[in-house]
Amino acid sequence: MQICRVVGTVVSTQKDRKLHGAKLMLVQPLTLDGEPRGVGLLAIDSVGAGVGEKVLVVIEGKAAGDALGRKGAAVDAAIIGIVDTVDHDGTA
Amino acid sequence: MQLARVIGAVVATIKDVNLAGATLLVLQPLSASGEPAGRTLVALDSVGAGVGENVFFVRGREAAFPFYPAEPPTDAAIVGIVDHWSTE
Repeated sequence: MQICRVVGTVVSTQKDRKLHGAKLMLVQPLTLDGEPRGVGLLAIDSVGAGVGEKVLVVIEGKAAGDALGRKGAAVDAAIIGIVDTVDHDGTA
Repeated sequence: MQLARVIGAVVATIKDVNLAGATLLVLQPLSASGEPAGRTLVALDSVGAGVGENVFFVRGREAAFPFYPAEPPTDAAIVGIVDHWSTE
């Protein structure tokens, strides 16, 4: 899982049938210090995250499909938690 | 599977219902020589690891297997605590 910040929402009317009703968010992966790292990606949201929040994102198809609650959905990333705090010992 | 050091923990109150009670730890993957190698990530813990310990973890769909019959949505899981390792 990656720690990301929600930076936007995506609206799509015409999409795969299995994605109907899914909430699509733009997320930016972060370093542990909260700096942007790498390119942003699209993730479905199953926990009710909002723009600006720090979230946990799984980047794996089966896990993302489970989070959406649909088998065989064409998704590869999902927001599965809203981060309250991250404690780290500063070694990375 | 890959070697990593546990360098932190994540607290998330609002999360997927299948993650209730799960421990979320921050990992720094390690090279065979013990140096940091690659990006940090967050993994589910299945073995009771703690910050500062060396562990090995699995990525991908298999990361949910240690929690069977539960199917938590995860792409990484700690599956062992390393006592020691050596290289030639």
